[in-house]
Order: sequence, then C-alpha cells, then structure tokens
Amino acid sequence: MSVKHSLLAILDQGPAYGYQLKAEFDRRTGSTWPLNVGQTYSTLERLERDGLVIKGETDAEGHQFYEITETGHDAVRGWLGTPVERGRITRDELAIKLALAATLPGVDITAVVQVQRRASLANLQTLTRTKYAGGDADGPEELAWQLVVDNLIFQAEAEVRWLDHVESRLRRFESRAMPVQDAAKLPRRGRPTASADGPTERPAATRGARR
Amino acid sequence: MTAELLRLDGVSQHYGTGATSVTALAGVDLTVHAGELVAVMGASGSGKSTLLAAAGGLTTPTSGEVIVEGIYLSEAKPADVARLRRRTLGFVFQDFNLIPTLTARENVSLPLELDGWKARKVRTAANDALASVELTDRADHFPDDLSGGQQQRVAIARAVVGPRSLILADEPTGALDSETGDVVLRMLRGRVDSGAGGILVTHDARHAAWADRIVFLRDGRVVDESTVDPIESLLTGADDR
Ligand SMILES: Nc1ncnc2c1ncn2[C@@H]1O[C@H](COP(=O)(O)OP(=O)(O)OP(=O)(O)O)[C@@H](O)[C@H]1O
Ligand SMILES: [Mg+2]
Repeated sequence: MSVKHSLLAILDQGPAYGYQLKAEFDRRTGSTWPLNVGQTYSTLERLERDGLVIKGETDAEGHQFYEITETGHDAVRGWLGTPVERGRITRDELAIKLALAATLPGVDITAVVQVQRRASLANLQTLTRTKYAGGDADGPEELAWQLVVDNLIFQAEAEVRWLDHVESRLRRFESRAMPVQDAAKLPRRGRPTASADGPTERPAATRGARR
Repeated sequence: MTAELLRLDGVSQHYGTGATSVTALAGVDLTVHAGELVAVMGASGSGKSTLLAAAGGLTTPTSGEVIVEGIYLSEAKPADVARLRRRTLGFVFQDFNLIPTLTARENVSLPLELDGWKARKVRTAANDALASVELTDRADHFPDDLSGGQQQRVAIARAVVGPRSLILADEPTGALDSETGDVVLRMLRGRVDSGAGGILVTHDARHAAWADRIVFLRDGRVVDESTVDPIESLLTGADDR
C-alpha cells in the first residue's frame, strides 16, 4: 500500500495538516490499516524533500499545513492511472503444501483439501458476519469500509474455489502418487549420467543442436 | 433450544435398478432449527437437489424419514403434506419453475391464494415479497419478459411470501450478479434471523458463508459438517470474561 500516494491524493483536494491527513486516510479506508501520526509526518517530510509538497501556512493552533505542488499533482494522476503491480509469482504456502501432498503416496489429499476448505470457509463466514452486522452502507465512510471487507471476502472465496478445482482435478487424476526416488539413481550434478539406456537419456539441450 | 423445523433421518434415494441404478442419497442425517440457515455444498451430481426435494416433500425417499415441524411425511395424509407446502415450506427451484401464463405478482401470490387468503392481504404480501428482492417495478411482467436473474428473484419471492417458516432454496443466486446475490442473501438471512429456518444449496462459497452451518455432500453422503460456529464461540468467549 502506498501511504505516500494516498496522502498525496488527499492533499490534491487542498492544503491539510498531518493529523488531518491521518484522519482522512483512516475514514476513507474503513480504518482497516490505521496510520500512526509519526508515519504521517515522516511521509510528509519525504514528500517535501522530493518536491511533491511544500510547507504552507500555520494556523492559530500551530498546525503546519502542507500544499501539493504541480509535480505532486502529476504524481497523483500517474498513480491513479497506473495498475497496482502484484508481487511476481511467490511461493504460496498452500499451493506448495497441496502439490506436495497430492504426489506423496499414502497421503489422503481429499482430507487435506477438506481441512483447508473448512478453515477457509470459517474465515469467509467471519468476514460475511462482520459485513452483515454493519448493515446497509448509509454513508461513504461505511461504504469505504465495506469495500475493503469485500476485498477480503472475494480473496477468501477465490481460495475456496481453487480448492474445489483442486479436488475435482484430483478426482480425474487417479495415478498421481510419485514414490520418492532412490537417491543413488539420481544424476550427480556436473557430471553426465552414465546410463545403460544410451542416447535416449541425452540431456535435452543437445537435441536442438545444428547438424 | 430453539424449535426443530426439519429433520432428515437416514434418508436414502435410489433411482433405477440394476446396472443403471444410481444412489443419489445414502443415509443422510440433517437437522434445521428455527433461526438457522444451513448451506449445502458439493460437486455437481453429489445429491444436493435430491436432498432438498426430499426435505420439501416433493419426492418420497427410498428409505429414511423426513420430519417437518414434527410431522413425519411418510405417515402424513396427503392433505397435511399439501398444507405444509402451502403454509410452512418455501421452495426455490433450481430451474425457477414459474408459471408462464401468470405475471410475476400472480406467481408470487399463488401459495397464499391456494391457502385461501383474502385478495387484499395477498396483494400486500406479494408486493412485500417482490420488494424484498428489489423487483417492485416488474410485478406485472410475465416470466418470458423477464431476464434470467429477474425470473430467479420472482421464484425467491414466491418462496418467502407470507409467513413461511422453512425456506428451501436450490442455487437461488445462480443467475444473479454478485450485488443482487448479496441482496437476496441478506434478505434470506433476515428472514432466518427473525425465526425461519432454511437450507441454501449453493456452489458459491461466498454465499454459503451467510449460513450458520455448512454441510458438504459427496456421492450422496454428508462428508463434513461444521458443528462449532466460529463466531458464536468467539462471542461466548467474550461473554465469559
Ligand atoms: N430422476 C432421476 N433419475 C435418475 N437419476 C437421477 C434422477 N434425479 C437425479 N438423479 C441422479 O442423482 C444424482 C444426484 O443428482 P442431484 O440433482 O441431486 O445433484 P446435485 O448435487 O443437485 O447437482 P447439481 O449441482 O448439478 O445441481 C445425480 O447423479 C443424478 O444423475
Ligand atoms: Mg442440483
């Protein structure tokens, strides 16, 4: 989450001081990731250093206002117009666990899937209750909070759907168990395999070589 | 303990004989209390619709007992079963089952008219039911002139019209977009919270999550049933402090 861009986007509406920005951020995101004031001030300092905001007036209570610069305004437009990049393929613990469990002989993968499904659904139930308890959104702040909860709900749903998919795939794939290979038969690194089968076991890399 | 609205006791359903015989349900036990929404999930062909049809007295199971509000359907007189279907049970069919020659409001009114309600009361109740699925502006349309999702909502309104205490819904959100689906689930949840009981058959985990319990069917058997309500236990924990 870009705190920097979020604060900048709020400042694009007009000058504001640190605590005010924190409060605006919180109420526009359902207070799901409350900012601490210190983080707000350090972010403002960095924005000022980078020329995206400048210090403005100080009011009677001593609040230091910040104003967005032209560069800052462009940065907001750029941010809103750019998709959020998700991290590149990471190792998802659940995917790795199920892939392993699916190919290990003697593991009851259906039971493993069901245990996970049960847990994922319980999570989904909790989120749904939370949302339902909030009733119909009767204002933009409530709406903002519900949008964030909806995001978590759709993520949890995706996980359950994927589990359904895993289960039906496995049902159609009976011979999936792979016994653990004998370590002595594994090719040693850096040395060509001396194999009785001869050329059929040549490394694939030579296949495409020019004749 | 709240009232038991529905109980399935070792319900089995076999179709056909010999090589082509199918066991659609194999000894299913299931209870639904007032104030409880139970979701039934499972792959296509796992027996969900068969279970619901048996629970609603639409079919007679090969073996086992179905008990609705204390009445054993196997022993009940046809008139009593018919009365249960008019007054107690609301059934949402997977394929809607609307009557094409009746308007949306007339379809929704039917169970109450069959039950001998006065025209004015029928109209009010039907309008309420249509409003609860956000379909007031289509009340006078015929099913053929409604979109799939609108037809589905008429079917839902018909199932919840009047004081129904047991709502059995087979994929009631299959034709709905996610926001309209939420409207329907919120409404069902509201009905259940004010004392009805319900079974919700669904493929959609997001909708099943509205239920108090989720039951999984595989090849006609209940393979897993949550017994502890995670929220309920959290709240109980908080009360103890
Ligand atoms: N009238 C019938 N005659 C023969 N077999 C039937 C009949 N009705 C259902 N079945 C079989 O019983 C099994 C369970 O069917 P059912 O309709 O209950 O599945 P379902 O879980 O509702 O599936 P879906 O998610 O596709 O709606 C299926 O294998 C189906 O082919
Ligand atoms: Mg079905």
